[in-house]
Amino acid sequence: MTPKMMEVELTLNGRTVADRVEPDSLLIDFLRAHGCLSVKCGCETAGCGLCTVLVDGAPVLSCSMLTARAAGHAVQTLEGLQEEAADFVGFIADQGADQCGFCNPGFVMNTIALLRENPDPTDDEIRAYLAGNLCRCSGYDGQLRGIRAYLDSRKAEAKGGAARD
Amino acid sequence: MTEQQKARRAALRTVGTAVRKKDAMQLLLGRPAYTDDLAPKDALVVKLLRSPHPNALVEAIDTAAALKIPGVAAVYTWQDVPQTRFTIAGQTYPEPSPYDRLILDRHVRFAGDAVAIVAAESEKAALRAVKAIKVTYRVLEPVLDMHAAKDNPVLVHPEADWYPPCPVGGDNRRNLVASDTNSDGDVEAVLADCDIVLDRTYHSKAFNQAMMETFRTCTQLDSYGRLHVVSSTQIVFHVRRILSRALGIPKSRIRVEKPRIGGGFGAKQTAVCEVYPAFVTLKTGRPAKLVYTREEAQIAGSPRHEMEVRVRLGADRDGRIRAIDLYTLSNTGAYSEHGPTTVGLSGHKSIPLYTGGLEAYRFSYDVVYTNHQAAGAYRGYGATQGIYALETTVNELAERLGADPTRLRKTSMVREGMPMPSYYGEMANACALDRCMEHCRRLFGWEEKYPVRDMGNGKVRAAGVAMAMQGSCISNVDVGSATIKLNEDGSYNLIIGAADMGTGCDTILAQMAAECMDCEVDDIAVHGADTDVSPYDSGSYASSTTYITGKAVENACAQLKERMVAIAAGMLHCEPAELVFEGRQVRRVPTGEAVTLEQIGCKAQVSNDIAAEVTCTHSSPVSPPPYMVGMVEIELDKETGAVTVLDYAAVVDCGIPVNPALARIQTEGGIVQGIGHTLMEDVQYDHSGRPIESSFLQYRLPTRLDMGRLHVEFEHSYEPTGPFGAKSIGEIVINTPAPALTHAIYRATGVWHRELPITPEQIAMGAV
Amino acid sequence: MITMQTYVQAQSLEEAWQLNQKRSARILGGMLWTRMESRPVSTAIDLCRLGLDTIEETDAAFTLGAMVTLRQIELHPGLAAYTGGAAAAAVRDIVGVQFRNMATIGGSVWGRFGFSDLLTWLLASGAAVELYKGGVVPLEAFAAMPYDRDVLVRVILPKRPGAAFAYQAVRIGRTDLPVLNCAAARLDGGYRVAVGARPGKAVLLQDDAGLLARGLTEESAAAFGRWAAGQVPTGSNARGSAAYRTHLVKVLSRRALLALDRTGGDQG
Repeated sequence: MTPKMMEVELTLNGRTVADRVEPDSLLIDFLRAHGCLSVKCGCETAGCGLCTVLVDGAPVLSCSMLTARAAGHAVQTLEGLQEEAADFVGFIADQGADQCGFCNPGFVMNTIALLRENPDPTDDEIRAYLAGNLCRCSGYDGQLRGIRAYLDSRKAEAKGGAARD
Repeated sequence: MTEQQKARRAALRTVGTAVRKKDAMQLLLGRPAYTDDLAPKDALVVKLLRSPHPNALVEAIDTAAALKIPGVAAVYTWQDVPQTRFTIAGQTYPEPSPYDRLILDRHVRFAGDAVAIVAAESEKAALRAVKAIKVTYRVLEPVLDMHAAKDNPVLVHPEADWYPPCPVGGDNRRNLVASDTNSDGDVEAVLADCDIVLDRTYHSKAFNQAMMETFRTCTQLDSYGRLHVVSSTQIVFHVRRILSRALGIPKSRIRVEKPRIGGGFGAKQTAVCEVYPAFVTLKTGRPAKLVYTREEAQIAGSPRHEMEVRVRLGADRDGRIRAIDLYTLSNTGAYSEHGPTTVGLSGHKSIPLYTGGLEAYRFSYDVVYTNHQAAGAYRGYGATQGIYALETTVNELAERLGADPTRLRKTSMVREGMPMPSYYGEMANACALDRCMEHCRRLFGWEEKYPVRDMGNGKVRAAGVAMAMQGSCISNVDVGSATIKLNEDGSYNLIIGAADMGTGCDTILAQMAAECMDCEVDDIAVHGADTDVSPYDSGSYASSTTYITGKAVENACAQLKERMVAIAAGMLHCEPAELVFEGRQVRRVPTGEAVTLEQIGCKAQVSNDIAAEVTCTHSSPVSPPPYMVGMVEIELDKETGAVTVLDYAAVVDCGIPVNPALARIQTEGGIVQGIGHTLMEDVQYDHSGRPIESSFLQYRLPTRLDMGRLHVEFEHSYEPTGPFGAKSIGEIVINTPAPALTHAIYRATGVWHRELPITPEQIAMGAV
Repeated sequence: MITMQTYVQAQSLEEAWQLNQKRSARILGGMLWTRMESRPVSTAIDLCRLGLDTIEETDAAFTLGAMVTLRQIELHPGLAAYTGGAAAAAVRDIVGVQFRNMATIGGSVWGRFGFSDLLTWLLASGAAVELYKGGVVPLEAFAAMPYDRDVLVRVILPKRPGAAFAYQAVRIGRTDLPVLNCAAARLDGGYRVAVGARPGKAVLLQDDAGLLARGLTEESAAAFGRWAAGQVPTGSNARGSAAYRTHLVKVLSRRALLALDRTGGDQG
């Protein structure tokens, strides 16, 4: 039995990408094959969050999504969200919480999703939203401090801006 | 700290500041930097067929069907590999770990041991081929209980060519990897004279490092026909030596390089997967890569040594600890990696904590083979297991005597200036353990949190405490080197053989270089590690990089400055003695003339015979311990046994934190790993000896909802033999959670648990 | 790793049903557990084009399409109001947001997994499933049915005035599979308690012994817990022994019942 190859077309980081894939092609493999090497695999049991990407804006695990199912949808990886990420990741770097970096892309993608959904989250809301992103190096608190510092700086900026107006 | 030491510290510009990791933005923005990101697209995908049996002989193996699968390039079995035994432990030659491995062995010794190597054009084809190999096993009785291993009639390594390069007291005819005893004073006599003697045994399991990036290696032949290995490893030079022996090719034909590493924690101090793709590349001439699945990393990795530690502790009725007798039984699993050495730390890095009152000690151990996954190096390296046992016993002593355990330790703990008989006779030159205890008491709020509080609804709050120590290198063994060279724009290259595995050592070493050269951290470009390029370094393990390689950096910078001054002397036609190095320039004091770094850098490239680069190598006869105190508050549900960690406070004495942000993250990360081992990560085997926790679905890592609130601070001391007064921090940070949590759980329930992890079931069902 | 020969986005339930009649065919849910299986799949059938990804609320019921995700359940204001937060409590500790964005109610309920949090909660809550051929079947009946080739279309949660719900679980790690879970509901004055992760699939208890007939008190809830511990078969696996689980049946069923009378159900 040979698998029936499929034509798929999806929007990857704003560009249309078309390819032939096997029906059981997983989105993570498709993305890495198309140059999105930020997408990492950390487990095979849908439990680590390293492969997080956005499909139509929602964070999902690309290790558990068929490429065929993503066809026709808009997929974003960290390669396509560099500016949005650059807004806040410097604050995480200031904490040294990037560490080995292997979990960073998935964690950054899910943080982007969090901040779009809830621009002013509490610490507990941050912890809950990012619970599915494992990190073995940092002990998590440094990541939280980084996000908090970013949110505080944004608030200070908004205040400063308001004062100037 | 002396006044002079304080003044030196106050003058530091870069060391002691929280600069960003040099690679931080690249990593946070997801740029390709890891082994699999860099592998050639046409690399053969390597997969391994693994034994389902913990002990078996391969009677017959048929690869014909596998070879017929389209895309399969090669299948290798035990008949195809060299017959020279080696160890994959990343240790200085001659390795303490006996040579007990072959690339593929007809005798497979744990469920997961490699039986065949498959190389194919695609992962799918490789996996199909693995399934298509037909193996007939003669299943042998396994040795699964470490207590029954020594002198068991079933031998894990019956082979005649088992070879220990170092005398470590092992004997493969007894399933014994290593054995030893050492002591100071008459421990039995002192114990007999003590008012109180506690005799307790503790069991900790083969916890997995579970770094996010599993083991992986990519190999190819370079333009010279040499084997170029890119691997996620902490030990490039050891990997080169291991491959040379295993493959039977000279070291000159091998180059090992590490890119960014997705975490190691000691796992990658063992060459777990390098030999397989290297063998494929040698045989086929083609690029090959092997990426371990999470399951492979869980069942055929290099986890902690399961240890049972028996402590006999004698004290007087005031709580002064007078004698410690500690025996460790360590389970190295199917192969010897790090077995003879990890066990040593269970005594040598726990007992010295009580140097203050200790009149005698004895430390003895056996390390045994069993048919479990081979253990290896994991952050803490045996100290974790020993400290868990000893600190829990000391907490029990305090509770028995009705003494505050933070006060009881005062009379017995090691203090600055004490010689430590149980620590190779070294002197505690820099030791702020007493200050760590007082500081942590304040930070945590010990007086309020230590009393048990009933919160209603079956819930109680309670607190626990533990002290810890570690080393800063392997004394008289580890070698660190650094090359620093001047560029014509006045910037520098720093080339190292130590391995940044996310810890930030590239940045920390650059901070030291910037401090010495009086320049910015951005002026130092760091490269490493690459056996063709880097100066020799034993690698990043044993907490040694800051302390050993850091000193090499300091020395190299000092010598480079002399060379730059010599070049400048030629330019200014004067004696070097008239010149001073001032960071951006070298100035002639009597005249005020100066040449800039750029000018010196350019001069170094024209009609010059003084190399504007220096390599220095450093080693240390001592391994100064860092110290730490950890305190934890929990809420425990007495009905369900569930434990919620509320607050964890820790104060660390690592000498001078070179980068306080990174030191803090190290501490926080280590604490959370320790919480995981104590409360949720389990290692169980099914009836046939196969590991149950073979995935993250079963092996629970702590999430950010499982760890409570962390509070980390530092107490400074000044280690005269370390760079800028620094000691180490990488490992010690994992050592306090097990005893501190065990203590808190006792306070909440009245039960001492003596096995890790302590799950809700054990708490609920163990309630008195 | 699962292998598939073909992948089809069904254009109608009839097409999905037809394709699914082959034994080696497979309807896809969130693909989260499916992927870990090694059984080859001939035709993977995706229901994603059938509009089954919405939660509809009427005065009489909530209707949840098979492709509704756990995250939708977690965030649905109507479900939150009706269940006092119990619906969200039953799903919010499942792995992470990304996982819950993918896992579907259809996949979760169809699988009838022992460890399922959702099945336990739905069972207590009086839910039913709508099968393409089999029609509407109460969940307790569905849970006991063998796996067949039908298609799960929707889950229906009838609304009962004055209903109260509570959800409790013990996990070794916060986002781990439960060691045991328990949901309680008060519907039309009667009590329903479901216990799952025993580790077998959830079972439903009603107050057959009449222990709660005179109302819910500390004493009657404790008596029910003791009785439940005798009723619910438990087993051992890597997460816990049968004895511990039986102990937890007693504790969690008591706590879940008592939580029914607290504002918001004290979903713990």
